[in-house]
Amino acid sequence: MTLITVDPLKAPSFPKAAAELLRDTQLRRNVAHATDVIQHKRAALVAEKSDWQALRTAGAAIRAEALRHLDRYLEQFEKQFTAAGGHVHWASDADEARRIIAGILHDAQADEVIKIKSMTTAEIDLNRSLESAGVRVYETDLAELILQLGHDQPSHIIAPALHKNRHQVRDLFAREMHLPDLADDPPALTEAARLYLREKFLKVKAAICGANFLIAETGSICIVESEGNGRMCLTLSDTLISVAGIEKVIPTFAGLEVLLQTLPRAATGERMNPYNSIWTGVTPGDGPHNMHVVLLDNGRSNLLEKEITRQTLQCIRCGACLNTCPVYRQTGGHAYGSVYSGPIGAILTPQLFALEHAQSLPYASSLCGACYEVCPVKINIPEVLVYLRSRVVDKNRNNLSSVFSQERIGMKMMARIFLNHERFEKAQRMARIFEKPFIGQDGWIHKLPGLAGQWTAARDLAPIPAQSFREWWRGRKASQ
Amino acid sequence: MSREAILGRVRAALSADRSAESSPLLSYPRTGTLNTEERLQMLEERLHEYDARVFHCPEQALAQRIFEVLSAAGRLRIIHPAALPTSWHAAQLDWTPDSPGLSYAEIEAFDGVLTGATAAVTESGSIVLQHGPAEGRRALTLLPDYHLCVIFENQIVETLPECFDRLKANAAAPTTFISGPSATADIEMTRIKGVHGPRFLDVILVTRPSNFPKLTFQ
Ligand code: SF4
Repeated sequence: MTLITVDPLKAPSFPKAAAELLRDTQLRRNVAHATDVIQHKRAALVAEKSDWQALRTAGAAIRAEALRHLDRYLEQFEKQFTAAGGHVHWASDADEARRIIAGILHDAQADEVIKIKSMTTAEIDLNRSLESAGVRVYETDLAELILQLGHDQPSHIIAPALHKNRHQVRDLFAREMHLPDLADDPPALTEAARLYLREKFLKVKAAICGANFLIAETGSICIVESEGNGRMCLTLSDTLISVAGIEKVIPTFAGLEVLLQTLPRAATGERMNPYNSIWTGVTPGDGPHNMHVVLLDNGRSNLLEKEITRQTLQCIRCGACLNTCPVYRQTGGHAYGSVYSGPIGAILTPQLFALEHAQSLPYASSLCGACYEVCPVKINIPEVLVYLRSRVVDKNRNNLSSVFSQERIGMKMMARIFLNHERFEKAQRMARIFEKPFIGQDGWIHKLPGLAGQWTAARDLAPIPAQSFREWWRGRKASQ
Repeated sequence: MSREAILGRVRAALSADRSAESSPLLSYPRTGTLNTEERLQMLEERLHEYDARVFHCPEQALAQRIFEVLSAAGRLRIIHPAALPTSWHAAQLDWTPDSPGLSYAEIEAFDGVLTGATAAVTESGSIVLQHGPAEGRRALTLLPDYHLCVIFENQIVETLPECFDRLKANAAAPTTFISGPSATADIEMTRIKGVHGPRFLDVILVTRPSNFPKLTFQ
């Protein structure tokens, strides 16, 4: 197994990681299969919805409105949630969030905790810090359990273990759950997980979850799931901690009537996922009596000022952009060096974790626009990618090494050539001569020397045509 | 305090964009177009797709129907919300009303749970519980392996917006949407039914003659 860290501060650049992962043919087969299946299901269910575009527009408007008045909606959520008996905590960064959570668990005298899948807790690497503080963490989502038992990393925001196939899961469960005779069909594997976790649900009294939506109007939390492990954790625990990015808030309860139509269709290709839970603070006689929300900034507020970057925070983490992305479908999620992978990861990671890290991510895209088209809240990911590329260039413009870099000098020369048509035509004629030895038998250029070789390392190049349009035009005039 | 720091950063970042105040105008279809019969039929199809079983009966025959479904499924020890009408209880089965003293392990040990519902949504095949008197606390419809849910015709709406219109009055109540028995697709995207929630879901759709008295909990 190729294991690449998903800590953006330590991860290798995208091209480096991708080159390594592309050699893992098993992984590529698993990713291709999984993304194909979800894409087909999604496409069929979106096609039956004649109001799909209206719902996308409404979803985008709801999320944009929430972000435009984020401070008010956060305060409103805090007020309502607190009035209903819950506690709200604010964390500027990952470290503060981890300390708050450890403190709540300590006060509750909890040395074990059950967890619902949450990208936000993965972002702050919560499990590791809890384990080192002596708290035993049990992931209860099947995919997260697969990752936890296999010491693996998430590779997809909805189906984090989609890079594993049934045989790999069987071997893992057989080893870790001591079930040597376990079969490798998905029902048997699911049953093994059910039994393994059942006992934990009834025994462990503290739980941690994320949040799909926080509702400002009512002070409610909404969690969308399939397996029922979410309901188990958020119903049976005494102490429940929800960790949510500050962007997760939506203005009104009725907003769910839009987002709960688009999210399941976009995420898993279902008209509705098996379970949604919505609850508000503490309900006497029903569920946890010690209820906490940790609101996490961790770089998000830096994205708010410019509308072009703010739209990144509209994301409802459906994963549709991953499944459709021609780059993700080849490399899988680990190449992105972050828990957020695919197109949304390529724009979120460099912005959340500062641009010095993850500089290569804005380039991990062909800008084909498929991600924008499937996004249920209409985030224009290509637009953000291009903007971030310009930021990367700006940032490096004044480095000494950059001033004298071949790329920089090459681009300067190109700029001069493009300024003047005579120069441009002269360059064309020269290129025709220089490229000759590199044209292959099939009429394509496969390999160029020097800096240009970086371009041809991953693509073929069409030669300059024997006659340009201008040349043809002139010849045509002359012959008339 | 981080609260002030975060809100301060958010306010500073957004201050430039507040000049043009306007709430977004949302336009999407909110109401359905099916008649009662079509609505029922589509709900039934959707529930079948989720592997739930669907039964019908007029309200006068409800207790009898409940008995038939439960006994055919071999579910004899049944727990139910304390406020469920006793007229639903067939004498031949063993009924236990929920009480705060029951532990989760005890609830889990029942053969099944019988409840009403708050609403059902045709388009998505969802059953919605706001955990009122006829639905009970959340653990009740979570731990037993079998759930029999009684839904009245007038509780069925076609679209999700219509459903939210009904939930609004009680928005702060804990609310659960159930769309088929629990499932996972985490291994090779194959949908496997029955992970942690009840693995078996049966539904009785009740047609109510207009002259029949309304039940109090609705
Ligand atoms: S960016 Fe859009 S498509 Fe991608 S995960 Fe977020 S909401 Fe889904």
